[in-house]
Amino acid sequence: MSIFNFFSRPRSAPIARERLQLLLAHERALSGRSDLAAVLQEEILAVIARHIAIDRDKVNVKLDRGASVSTLEIDIEMPVSLSPVKN
Amino acid sequence: MAKVLVVTSGKGGVGKTTSTAAIGAALAQAGQNVVVVDFDVGLRNLDLIMGAERRVVYDLVNVVQGDAKLAQALIRDKRVDTLSLLPASQTRDKDALTPEGVERVVGDLRDKFDWVVCDSPAGIERGATLAMRHADVAIVVTNPEVSSVRDSDRIIGMLDSKTARAEAGERIDKHLLLTRYDTGRATRGEMLKVDDVLEILAIPLLGIIPDSEDVLRASNVGCPVTLHNPSSAPARAYSEAVRRLLGEAIDVSVPVERKGLMSRLFGRKVA
Repeated sequence: MSIFNFFSRPRSAPIARERLQLLLAHERALSGRSDLAAVLQEEILAVIARHIAIDRDKVNVKLDRGASVSTLEIDIEMPVSLSPVKN
Repeated sequence: MAKVLVVTSGKGGVGKTTSTAAIGAALAQAGQNVVVVDFDVGLRNLDLIMGAERRVVYDLVNVVQGDAKLAQALIRDKRVDTLSLLPASQTRDKDALTPEGVERVVGDLRDKFDWVVCDSPAGIERGATLAMRHADVAIVVTNPEVSSVRDSDRIIGMLDSKTARAEAGERIDKHLLLTRYDTGRATRGEMLKVDDVLEILAIPLLGIIPDSEDVLRASNVGCPVTLHNPSSAPARAYSEAVRRLLGEAIDVSVPVERKGLMSRLFGRKVA
């Protein structure tokens, strides 16, 4: 650490405050449904599985919480043959 | 009319038991008839902080299960005669407390005391929900630290939905007690400020307890900090918090350590 850094130590409290405000805004909205991502994943997969056979290992789910917008990213690798589900 | 007060936090290690002992003792010193109840079944510690660990015969679980009478389990404090302790048991059975049993015991305690102060276990499981179940007033103990603030937010949500009062459509009085606060670090931007925490949690402030060596000194000898060293900064902060709890309007400030010449010179207290 240089002498310059020593005298202008970064203030970490404002970062803590911002992280908390962002996190709690989401957690309060989801209160009681904290496993929303898991629920969505299951239901979306169930819908897709009704139409095509998918490999559960080739499904990638990502939830990203941003300040103004959150994204739920579901990446499903489709089988080459797109074989329909046999009932 | 008796009041049931729960001291809760979600997160462990933030000072629930220390605060329960300090507030219970200060309430009793103010002339109130007080019982402090340890709800941390399996990991009881309030007896140790109160210095009554060698006097425990029966406990909350014995009373809830009907194996002992309430009067047999209550331990009268030797320093303040209007202060009693109902210890938790050391049993590892998590289901030892039943909702019906707790309701009956809390009801009996309401008849005997002015204040029933319930020391909640950490977490959001059965023990914590039973501790808050019959509360009229809640003190949410929070450290100026991200995980503690987050957990306090969860607990506030539970106080507003899972308590008997909330279910009956009534209001539960919630107060924030900010513990382990370091004014210097907050000023330097290294610690969340009081206003930051208040803005995030949005419940009224009961008091700010400064981070202090006196708290450990008091727990070492088994004495609530408000009785052990009443002139210390944390003791004054707790006593003021209790006066607010009793309805006095006092501005919240952070009491500072009164340093003597020796500690100024050598940078530490001569204990």
